Amino acid sequence: MSLDPQRRLRRKLLLAPTTLTLLLFMVLPMLLMAWMSVLAPDTYGGVRWHEWSLDAYVQFLYERDLDDSLTLNSDYLQIFGRSFLLAGFATVVTLLIGFPTALYIALKEEKTRQRLILLISIPFWTNLLVRTYAWMLLLRNGGLIDSSLSALGLSQGALDVLYTPTAVAIGFVYSFLPFMVLPIYTSLEKMDWRLVEAAFDLGANRWQALRRVILPLAMPGIVAGCLLVFIPAIGSYYIPELLGGGKSLMIGNLIQNQFGTARNWPFGAALSFMLLALVLLAMGVYTRRFQRPPGE
Amino acid sequence: MQASNNLWRFRGVTPTAMLAFVYLYLPIVVLVVLSFNANRIATLWTGFSFDWYLKVMDNDNILRATKNSLIIACGATVLATSFATMAALAMAGRRFRGQAFINAMLGLPLLVPEIVTAVASLLFFLALGLDLGLMTVLIAHTVFCIPFAYLPIRARLEGLDPRLAEAAADLYAGPFATFRRVTLPLILPGVLSGAMLAFIVSLDDFVITFFVAGAGATTLPVYIFGLIRMGITPEVNAVSALMLLVSIAFVALSYWMGQRKS
Repeated sequence: MSLDPQRRLRRKLLLAPTTLTLLLFMVLPMLLMAWMSVLAPDTYGGVRWHEWSLDAYVQFLYERDLDDSLTLNSDYLQIFGRSFLLAGFATVVTLLIGFPTALYIALKEEKTRQRLILLISIPFWTNLLVRTYAWMLLLRNGGLIDSSLSALGLSQGALDVLYTPTAVAIGFVYSFLPFMVLPIYTSLEKMDWRLVEAAFDLGANRWQALRRVILPLAMPGIVAGCLLVFIPAIGSYYIPELLGGGKSLMIGNLIQNQFGTARNWPFGAALSFMLLALVLLAMGVYTRRFQRPPGE
Repeated sequence: MQASNNLWRFRGVTPTAMLAFVYLYLPIVVLVVLSFNANRIATLWTGFSFDWYLKVMDNDNILRATKNSLIIACGATVLATSFATMAALAMAGRRFRGQAFINAMLGLPLLVPEIVTAVASLLFFLALGLDLGLMTVLIAHTVFCIPFAYLPIRARLEGLDPRLAEAAADLYAGPFATFRRVTLPLILPGVLSGAMLAFIVSLDDFVITFFVAGAGATTLPVYIFGLIRMGITPEVNAVSALMLLVSIAFVALSYWMGQRKS
């Protein structure tokens, strides 16, 4: 039964609004952004459309001195490094908390499981900005954590956690924890638990069963979770802004500055493009490693 | 099931999970409780009061931002859900050339870091010479809402028996009649669940809106961000708590719709 032309036309018409919207307002803007990153900046913001320039990428690594010579400048590299470090730290910690949590849920009865998953998804869908603000209430000096610690006699003086990288890390782990639990749970839920029983029957202890059977089978979920935590964390803008103060600038804040105060569009576009390239690279590696058709 | 067997108890799993749940809900609970605090100093509890909520309801800026948020969220939900429903119907049939490309494109808004989408959209709108305002926000929201609306609808369609539509066609129903009388009622829970997710995602978005909104189209999250940067006050607590409760209500409702079997 081959498709008649009428049905084919109908399918095209059905797809048109979505395809056109995404092409026009998602794909095209990305291409434009990549293009703008190799143009020269205009003095008052904007770009010079006909002037090619690699300055934005040069600016990332070098500083132009008064006599026009280039000297190595690691400021921006440091910001990229800090973003990597904080996002990587958040990924590791959410994994350490998220995997046992997912395992705990997966081992419950069907009904309990659904309720617990709803409990995990509610923070996943609620306003991140507002939840970040809630951490400001908890972490500030004189806030709940500070005052209860000193009431218990566990700390002397102010806690001074808010507006430090520690606060940013706490915010990251908190905000992205559901992103780690949900995919791991999905892969654990699909797992054939008889394999673990078989491991027990063959004399494996709990640790061996976990390491040799459960972990490898949960791997696609674990890697998906790591990407889902790492990608939003590395580009995050308002968590460092609100919890880190001015001290823990990350890529997202740097990009925002280029469009706000610095008015250097090509540099902002180049930074965004580099961030996008990093993310796509990570995704590419993931797809190659874990989405091969079976039997290949 | 498995939990009854002693071998299935891994050491440390239960306490870690408990800790995770407490960690996830502690800030939410503290925020809501403090929003009822009578004291001017936002984190010092002195007694119950509803005043800050009344103050919020009386604040013109907040009301205007809320109105903008609702207009945009409703518009983006309608557009994204209808586009996504149409696309899901087209994607559900037999495989065709270009399907993988469309799938990849549908994943883009979920995959690309928000700040990159925001920057790219801003540059695009400026290059086109569009004025930043409600219109540009609506376009940007529709784009990133499409995948959120698409996924539940697609999942629902996948569980559908294709013979139902074929039977309708055998009974001389045209494509549109088949859709209206057979397919749509069957996928309605998925469509509603997708629409609700799109609504909540649009209502909650900050980063993209912050970039493409311009001065006249401040939404509630953008307004709240401005308030937070100026400091912690009981009014911010109240408006944040309201925002949180709306989201929670929507998620619970969407979950309930998705769970309903026809």
